[in-house]
Amino acid sequence: MYVKFVGGLFIPSFLEEEILSMDYAVEMLGIRKEFPGVVANDDITLQLKRGEIHALLGENGAGKSTLMGILFGMYQADRGTIRVNGKEVRIANPNVANRLGIGMVHQHFKLVDTFTVTENIILGSENSRWGFVLDTRSASRRIAELSRRYGLNVDPDAKIEDISVGMQQRVEILKMLYRNADVLILDEPTAVLTPQEIQELGAILKNLIQEDKSIILITHKLKEIKAFADRCTVIRRGKTVGTVEVAAASEAAMAEMMVGRQVSFKVEKKPASPGDAVLQIDSLSVKNNKQVLGLNGVSLEVRSGEIVGIAGVEGNGQSELVEAVTGLRKTESGGIRLKGKDISGLSIRDRNESGIGHIPEDRHKRGLVLDYTLAENMVLEVYHRDPFSRNGILNKSAIRSYAERIIGSYDVRSGQGAASVARSLSGGNQQKAVIGREIEGDPDLLIAVQPTRGLDVGSIEYIHKRLIEHRDRGKAVLLISLELDEVLNVSDRIAVLNNGELIGVVEASETNENELGLMMAGVRKGETA
Amino acid sequence: MRNTIVSLLAVVFGLLAGAILMAVTGHNPIEGYTYLMQGGLKNTERLGNTLATATPLIFTGLSVAFAFRTGLFNIGAAGQMLIGGLCATAIGLTFDWPRTVLLAAMVLAGFIGGAVWAFLPGLLKAKYNVHEVVSTIMLNWIAFWTVNYAVPAYFKAESLETESRILPEAATLRVPGLTEMFDGSYINLGIFLGLIAVIVMAFLIDRTTLGYELKAVGFNRHAAEYGGIAVNRSIVVSMLISGGLAGLGGMVQYTGNAANIQIGILPSQGFDGIAVALLGANSPVGVLLAAIFFGLLYSGRGFMNAMTEVPPEIADSIIAIIIYFAATSILIERLVRRFKGRLPLNRSGTAPQQGKGE
Repeated sequence: MYVKFVGGLFIPSFLEEEILSMDYAVEMLGIRKEFPGVVANDDITLQLKRGEIHALLGENGAGKSTLMGILFGMYQADRGTIRVNGKEVRIANPNVANRLGIGMVHQHFKLVDTFTVTENIILGSENSRWGFVLDTRSASRRIAELSRRYGLNVDPDAKIEDISVGMQQRVEILKMLYRNADVLILDEPTAVLTPQEIQELGAILKNLIQEDKSIILITHKLKEIKAFADRCTVIRRGKTVGTVEVAAASEAAMAEMMVGRQVSFKVEKKPASPGDAVLQIDSLSVKNNKQVLGLNGVSLEVRSGEIVGIAGVEGNGQSELVEAVTGLRKTESGGIRLKGKDISGLSIRDRNESGIGHIPEDRHKRGLVLDYTLAENMVLEVYHRDPFSRNGILNKSAIRSYAERIIGSYDVRSGQGAASVARSLSGGNQQKAVIGREIEGDPDLLIAVQPTRGLDVGSIEYIHKRLIEHRDRGKAVLLISLELDEVLNVSDRIAVLNNGELIGVVEASETNENELGLMMAGVRKGETA
Repeated sequence: MRNTIVSLLAVVFGLLAGAILMAVTGHNPIEGYTYLMQGGLKNTERLGNTLATATPLIFTGLSVAFAFRTGLFNIGAAGQMLIGGLCATAIGLTFDWPRTVLLAAMVLAGFIGGAVWAFLPGLLKAKYNVHEVVSTIMLNWIAFWTVNYAVPAYFKAESLETESRILPEAATLRVPGLTEMFDGSYINLGIFLGLIAVIVMAFLIDRTTLGYELKAVGFNRHAAEYGGIAVNRSIVVSMLISGGLAGLGGMVQYTGNAANIQIGILPSQGFDGIAVALLGANSPVGVLLAAIFFGLLYSGRGFMNAMTEVPPEIADSIIAIIIYFAATSILIERLVRRFKGRLPLNRSGTAPQQGKGE
């Protein structure tokens, strides 16, 4: 008896799984997990072959994290079996998972900045091996050897704060290899990388599977699945939709499996017809949190009716730029003009009132007061105006109906509508609420920072449409994103920041990922890498 | 709803622990509690005294609760009380105005005195990020020594070095009508001021743009800043109001419950305000109820002591235990959740509803 893995076909019966078990590094069979009020996983089956890269694809809230949490021992499944190397196991906690050779690289790295690579890697397993005398030298040797073997190119003695994000990720991978993990779970590993770093990661993953490791890749980026993965299991609303051979499935087909309907990747938009300059930034310099110039002499113009995208790796001056324009951060020198008027001395509120809308990078830190209701959050910038308050007294019914309008037109889903506490909403719905609030204010300049961060394909499509609609109403949009695809698809012009400096501005229709990638790495147009 | 359950459980646990304490020390808990309750409620005079004892606690409780609601920990209510009380007493002893004018001026002086005392920590916090716990608690002692100096120097009583002169009747909050109604209790107009303060604070916190701003700063100052709220100004305003409430607490204590101000005492009501705020879950009505409960314990304590062998320290221990349970309400909340059969989930535990990538 044999089973072929062609598009969407399940392994048909329990019996066959028994026979086939030997080929699998990990099997999760019929997993069910219920949280109060939600079935997060409903009869999910995932089978990881030895030596393959297996993508786990699903929208936000589809149940990917829960499923991996169960495999890593963070939760216990209500029903179903887990087998590792054909043997049924109970994974009561992450330590058990580690002992079984399962390791996880979390989306946000868990590294101590002031420690060296070696110190970070041995953290947590140091004492048990060497008593109370810490022997970093032998550990460091072993790390160097592992690094060579898998082509990771990591210096064991470098401090974390001195190495790039891409390198930090490799440290996380090394950490698992050091602990003899055979099954590696990577959670959204490419979110923080440049296109070139993503390619290097791909090469590393290939090295790993050649050494007989097995990899589960959690992602919602279809392009990367196509590039890296051998097979892909798609889950939707807690249920397995199917497992496909990646080579035999198109991106569109996988997206349809994930979302449950057809998705358009190409953002539909007319060519821009830009008008007068709305935002003029003139050789702006801004200090960052470390009190050195995070933005250095940047000049940029955003006109009405166009979307200017800012591309760059995280931490290259994007936050400083946005915070200087919105008034959250002091400028060192240079000018900021909005519709010809100098705004660099105005308060945050005055800038809001002069026509700046801001979708902030971090909706939890800046965008929402999580303990306020949705209604209260929807008036965060306008509560002091008629009709929301008069003479200092809030008009709750006006606030509620305003909030309900935004909730309705931006499809913000929540338990109790406007009265829901913002914290109780899913990330996607929180983001839609913030975006609704900012666009509803009809600002002349909309600054959208990572507006689709962590959202699923369906929501991304919707938010992009709204941004373009805003442009088509003759407004200016400044889009800052770490997703190169987003910048390329949505923007009309693209400015690239590297190390606080403007590397160049290019027309979106005349550039490509490669050129932008080089610019993001600091190579100016015309120079060679 | 959950807050109410937690507060009630804190009270129940505190009383249970007190009962165990009494039993262990060889007393009858039921008898002890019976006398404790009787001491606070038995007749109209005792009821009046309970309410009067509760009055300063209402103000200090509101003071601390207001600060908590706006993200600040005002631990300096005691010092603010002293200065508020001193200012009100000074007005009462100095001027010979018609009673309504005089009392209004004293209320104002009490509020301003406390507010000024809290303004400094607010300013330090806003400008230099000095933590208000440190600066308010240090100002407690500055207030203490200020009173120690000012009272003997300017308002000394004829015979006693340690007290100010007794306020003239027109300059106190006592009114004959109330005293008679409660059979000679020392209840006074302060309780009505307290009720007004509860209503004003509820309105301010819940219905005004000022309350909206202050709460937003308290919950998330980054988001408040993003929304255009002047965060530093809010911190100062919030401390002003919180201090003013504590100052009023001093005013009702020294010109209502007492008729003069004494030196050498840092009023315990200032610190009890923290417990009142915690037990009242920082809501104005909760604070009112918690203050009355504390008033009951404090005023029944003496009677219990007189009628049984239970020492007053046991009553103080019970109060301390209740404070402890109220302060560790998170533990009680967890217990409540477990009772409901829900296992506590960490944040990623709700992953199915929550967005990834935060």
